[in-house]
Amino acid sequence: MDAFMQFIFSGLTVGAVYALVALGFTIIYNASDVVNFAQGEFVMLGGMITVFAFDAGLPLPLAAAIAIVITAGIGVALNKFAIEPARGAPVVTLIIITIGASILIRGASQVVFDKQLHRLPAFSGDDPIHVLGATLLPQSLWVIGGAIGIFIALWLFFTRTLLGKAVLATANNRLAAQLVGINTGFVMTLSFALSAAIGALAGVLVTPITLVSYDVGVGLALKGFAAAMLGGMGNPKGALAGGLLLGLFEALTAGYISSQYKEAVAFIVILAVLFVMPQGLFGAKKTERV
Amino acid sequence: MAILEINGLGISFGGLRAVNDVSFSVKPGEIVSVIGPNGAGKTTLFNMISGVYLPSDGEVKLNGENVTAKAPHLLAEKGLTRTFQNLQIFQEMTVLENVLAGFHLSVRPSILSDLLSLPGAKRRSAEAREKAMAFLEKVRLANAAEEEAGNLSYGALKRLEIARALAVGPKVLLLDEPAAGCNAVETEEIDELIAELAQSGIAILLVEHDMKMVMRISNHIVVLDHGEKIAEGTPEAVSKNPDVIAAYLGAEEEPAHADG
Amino acid sequence: MSANSKWVQLAVLAGIMLVLPVFFPSGYYYRVGALVYVNALSVIGLVILIGYAGQISLGHAGFAGIGAYACALAPVHLGIHPALAVLLGAVISGVLAILIGRPILRLKGYYLAVATLGFGILVSMVLSNERGLTGGPDGMAVPDLGLRQVLRGMGLKLSGGEFWYIANALVLLVAIWIALNLFHSATGRAMRALHGSETAARTVGIDVARYKLQAFVISAVYASVAGSLLALQNGFITPDVAGFMHSVEMVTMAVLGGVGSVLGATLGAAILTLLPQVLTVLADYEQLVLGLIMILVMIFLPLGLLPSIAARIRWRGV
Repeated sequence: MDAFMQFIFSGLTVGAVYALVALGFTIIYNASDVVNFAQGEFVMLGGMITVFAFDAGLPLPLAAAIAIVITAGIGVALNKFAIEPARGAPVVTLIIITIGASILIRGASQVVFDKQLHRLPAFSGDDPIHVLGATLLPQSLWVIGGAIGIFIALWLFFTRTLLGKAVLATANNRLAAQLVGINTGFVMTLSFALSAAIGALAGVLVTPITLVSYDVGVGLALKGFAAAMLGGMGNPKGALAGGLLLGLFEALTAGYISSQYKEAVAFIVILAVLFVMPQGLFGAKKTERV
Repeated sequence: MAILEINGLGISFGGLRAVNDVSFSVKPGEIVSVIGPNGAGKTTLFNMISGVYLPSDGEVKLNGENVTAKAPHLLAEKGLTRTFQNLQIFQEMTVLENVLAGFHLSVRPSILSDLLSLPGAKRRSAEAREKAMAFLEKVRLANAAEEEAGNLSYGALKRLEIARALAVGPKVLLLDEPAAGCNAVETEEIDELIAELAQSGIAILLVEHDMKMVMRISNHIVVLDHGEKIAEGTPEAVSKNPDVIAAYLGAEEEPAHADG
Repeated sequence: MSANSKWVQLAVLAGIMLVLPVFFPSGYYYRVGALVYVNALSVIGLVILIGYAGQISLGHAGFAGIGAYACALAPVHLGIHPALAVLLGAVISGVLAILIGRPILRLKGYYLAVATLGFGILVSMVLSNERGLTGGPDGMAVPDLGLRQVLRGMGLKLSGGEFWYIANALVLLVAIWIALNLFHSATGRAMRALHGSETAARTVGIDVARYKLQAFVISAVYASVAGSLLALQNGFITPDVAGFMHSVEMVTMAVLGGVGSVLGATLGAAILTLLPQVLTVLADYEQLVLGLIMILVMIFLPLGLLPSIAARIRWRGV
């Protein structure tokens, strides 16, 4: 029982990160129909920039804020210089562009920073908390709490603000949104900035636990992509559920079956879900119009 | 003896009843038109008959056999095929290849002989090519045979869809607005072509907004409004039916120019 | 397009393959050339899957991994000749492609991408984790094909590089001949038709699921044979051959050259195989430049290099 709770806690922590990456995928996908394989690099950038700013002597909150702002700027640049010029291109082309962007960002980080593993101090110390017979790192609470906070903030943004509704309208029907006077170009920019900022924040939160190096992005992107598809692409609730489920599956597999195959089980579950529900858990079923 | 029988066909999307309890039949060589205001459910009806949508209730019989909700490629094998209101062309293939694709069933390709380009596969391809050219002549597209289909005009693509459907060798042909977007001359050509096809014994089910054309070539007309059949009969009978007139006037739409 | 253009394309390619060695400054370049051809082989398979049938895969390196490890394992554990192991790998890949292709090919676009990606990752994970059998991430040795010794016995002395350059070139020519046959055949038309419009393809009697599956299986076999040849010529193999980045590399090669065109894909394979050799002089900047090139080509030549150039000079039938 104690071990079980331990696995649940670690699953939720990792799952919260996956959920944030999946959420980043979802926001960009809704605004532009693009699956951004560079999403994992935003997480890496968030961690890396914070580490280097912190090591340069800046206080942690300021370092984190700088990292989030710079990463958001890189997200906007990605949209401006790589996605917008290829608007309307086939799925394969867009996949290659964003994977190219991911390789580019990774390559640049390797030059600007280095190839070492880096760590940040935990925000609230390293003394474990004992809950239900298991131990929990305070930093895990930061990660899970951060994810919950972001989801609530986004939910408020999309349902309570005019700008949020404009983003939803654009996601729903780009042309119609333009016709009612929504600046869809701005919505795209905003979506990339938002998505990159969320990725960066996830990076800041998780670095004290997992450490960071220039090449952690690919793995996170694949997991986040899988989580987003598991939940149903384009659905924020699906991103949350998909991310947490994926994290839990991994932790339980690692705990009870084999730590080597924990990632395998994640992909087996995704394949199984897609066999039964081709649109993911929460994805809308589309009727073909002819 | 009818070759196509529709009995009590209906479909709901969510809570919306798009088509309800529609029945009629088509005999070989007959041209039956389905008319009705925008949103009356004509294309939905076509999609159910051709196996694109799953009907909620009712049945479709082809040659006496129940084929309700059969996959479109199986219906094609049984001799039912269609054209589309929103063009469904193989854009990146040549005009000739589009029609050749229509010969898929008669060519019966075998993967091994196609990969190795064995003589049997070559011969069957050559035969299909000759017949395909004949169909292209028929719709006056023989000159454009080697053009990429995506480069053709809208009217030409409409004719190409008909040629492709003919290549299937249909006994029942569903034409969804074959003359939409065509000028008067083109419309007349399509008109003649349809009459000719019916004469050769093909049963034709037609959705068309050009009322002059419908009245001129149909043997029988089925009128839909709000998903229900409100009338059917000969062109004369239908055009005098007060329910039909009310449906069109109620729709506040000039039928001859309506689209969609 | 006629059978003539098929033979013209093959003749041009064979000519280039024959002439190239004249410009090789050292024997090392035979190895590079052999690598280009082996990559082109798997990319031609993807042309059939992506370019003809319009289905995406981010997991085809998985099949390359199966082909590669079949050659590494089967001669040792089953005692069969490495040449037969190539065949065995192809059969396993083909059967596996049928089994997983059936359910996942119902998926579309990004959903298909993630499902194939999952498959590829599973294969590479098994290869990395089953250390007892595969040697884990460090890889394992692959037995020699033995054909070179046979040729030597017949008085034909070839270096390893020369032998694989010729062998892979021949296999690639056959593979391209098959791909071009398919393009002009009824089966190939059915694949291209469902790429254009699945709905319309069905109405002319094309069993869409069946032709997607055929394209998937053929491309899997191509990738598997390429993996086998790679393993045999290197004499050593690691799980990277099945990794996600290798899948991405394959798709990028296909799209870079022009995914609708067999010759274009060969060109794409050549460029992306040579690029890293050139970029090594950039050392730390290698990845940066590679990513930049991928983005720029896709933005400015979305059809891929060869078709974009062909469109400019209105040269048809490539």
